Amino acid sequence: MKKLYSAVAFAAAFGLMTGCSSNKPVETVEEVVEPVVVETVEDTVEEAVVIDTTFYFEFDSADLTMAARAALMLHAEQLAASPRAVRLEGHGDERGSREYNMALGERRANAVRDFLVIQGVNAGSLETVSYGEERPAEMGSGEMVWSKNRRVELK
Amino acid sequence: MISRFFKIQLAILLVAVSAVNVQANLFIEINRGNDNPSPVAIVPFAGAQGLPEDIQAIITADLERSGFFRPIPKTDMLSMPTDKSEVVFRDWRVLGANFLVIGQMTPEADQYIVRYELYDVLAQKNILTAQVKGGRDGLRDIAHAVSDAVYEKVTGIRGIFSTKMLYVQDLRKPSAGRYRLMYADVDGARAQVLLASSEPILSPTWSADGKRIAYVSFETSRPAIYIMDMATGRKTQMTHFRGLNGAPSFSPDGTQLAMVLSKDGMPDIYVMTIANKRLRRITNDHYIDTEPNWNADGSGVIFTSNRGGSPQIYQINLSNGRPERLTFEGDYNARPRVSPDGKSLVMVHRQSGVYHIATQDIATGNMRILTETWLDESPSIAPNGAMLLYATQHNKKGVLGAVSMDAGVKFRLPAKEGDVREPAWAPYL
Repeated sequence: MKKLYSAVAFAAAFGLMTGCSSNKPVETVEEVVEPVVVETVEDTVEEAVVIDTTFYFEFDSADLTMAARAALMLHAEQLAASPRAVRLEGHGDERGSREYNMALGERRANAVRDFLVIQGVNAGSLETVSYGEERPAEMGSGEMVWSKNRRVELK
Repeated sequence: MISRFFKIQLAILLVAVSAVNVQANLFIEINRGNDNPSPVAIVPFAGAQGLPEDIQAIITADLERSGFFRPIPKTDMLSMPTDKSEVVFRDWRVLGANFLVIGQMTPEADQYIVRYELYDVLAQKNILTAQVKGGRDGLRDIAHAVSDAVYEKVTGIRGIFSTKMLYVQDLRKPSAGRYRLMYADVDGARAQVLLASSEPILSPTWSADGKRIAYVSFETSRPAIYIMDMATGRKTQMTHFRGLNGAPSFSPDGTQLAMVLSKDGMPDIYVMTIANKRLRRITNDHYIDTEPNWNADGSGVIFTSNRGGSPQIYQINLSNGRPERLTFEGDYNARPRVSPDGKSLVMVHRQSGVYHIATQDIATGNMRILTETWLDESPSIAPNGAMLLYATQHNKKGVLGAVSMDAGVKFRLPAKEGDVREPAWAPYL
């Protein structure tokens, strides 16, 4: 039952991610995550799955996208199976004042944390930190760049 | 005069805070001047040849940057007097000069004594005779002291040419010293690294007496507020709470530090007594409250809050806890700073999606946009209240800009390397 749920969630997440790929920022290459081992009933075949670890947000928003929710459900499942300390780093784009953006980054990291907790992840294992606009994923200006910088990174 | 000598000595002492002098100076480009600047002739001083700093050029740049003066080029001068007996007023009237500055430098032991005079050309009379001295390392201080005296004599406003600033530099590439907290003359010269880190540094600010600074550093992998003593360079970590630790602001009497913390949930304003680190919570709501700045008499704190649906500026009275909304124009007003006379605010204001620096008269509520650039942020007012520094972008790089409070004078201080941002104009020392 668990395996079936996992597969469905993954398919949903994958479908949503590819469905949105035209208007969503492309994952950057350096964001390599630990391979996820999906257990099978036979215990013979091991399949590595890479789940998104960066979640993007609209301007002045801390609302999770459908893609982010689907990926976070997989993370929650993985964390329930093998608990570890997770750091959620919130970021904003360069527009507006820096300390206000620090608060917006924290709101985004908290939104991801709260979603994971609702999915059953132990709140004590989740640390949030906001970097505001101080650590952009991409340098420069314009909506293409800004949309890649409004993000939460799960580490 | 004695007090000015002391100030120069103090400035030289402060420069010794960091031994690392880097080639990261900013350079000034003037974008727009005052409509009707007063022509002034600054004649090269006798005995100033062959020194490591060009005194005449520094005074000329200072006075030009103020917007009140239009210096006459050296090459146009018909005579080069260095003493009262050599001044021929006709030579300066012909050039249209309203004011004339002459002087002599005399070495004495390991110091230079500069005696200078300011003339009103139209009235044909001396209006200022003064003397300043400093060491060979303090030649820029000497030049700025002359600029300050000339500016104040002519405008009646205290000069800011000898003042200092902090700013943050980001070299934009991961390295052990990517983020730097810089200390420099307000013209960008003599920039020094106070702190370098692989992790972000932000929100530098001065105590009212200029002896301490506060800032936020991520050097522990989380944000924390630090105070640095400028004479000794000693750092003290003031906070290490969960969540935000940001936007420090010294109270006018220097005993308290306002800040934003989110340890209790949402970002709220707190005031810490510096001596014992005791905290007092000032706001308590489900919105973002941040960027506190004290009002002139320390009776209240002005801050940014989105409690009304968009970020706006509020003032809270510290004795009764009553908040009052101060800004109503536009849907984004943030990061307020109060002018030295306490009568106006400067802030980041968004208009048609573009971020500018605006000023608002607190009593009348009248707002005025001061900048024409975009992505403007972090305004910091000069201690004489006549000008502000802010951060903006130029050629895809973070640069510092300056604008007079009447928007008549604008100039940029571009950096040679990386992005520069978050200027904090030092108080008078």
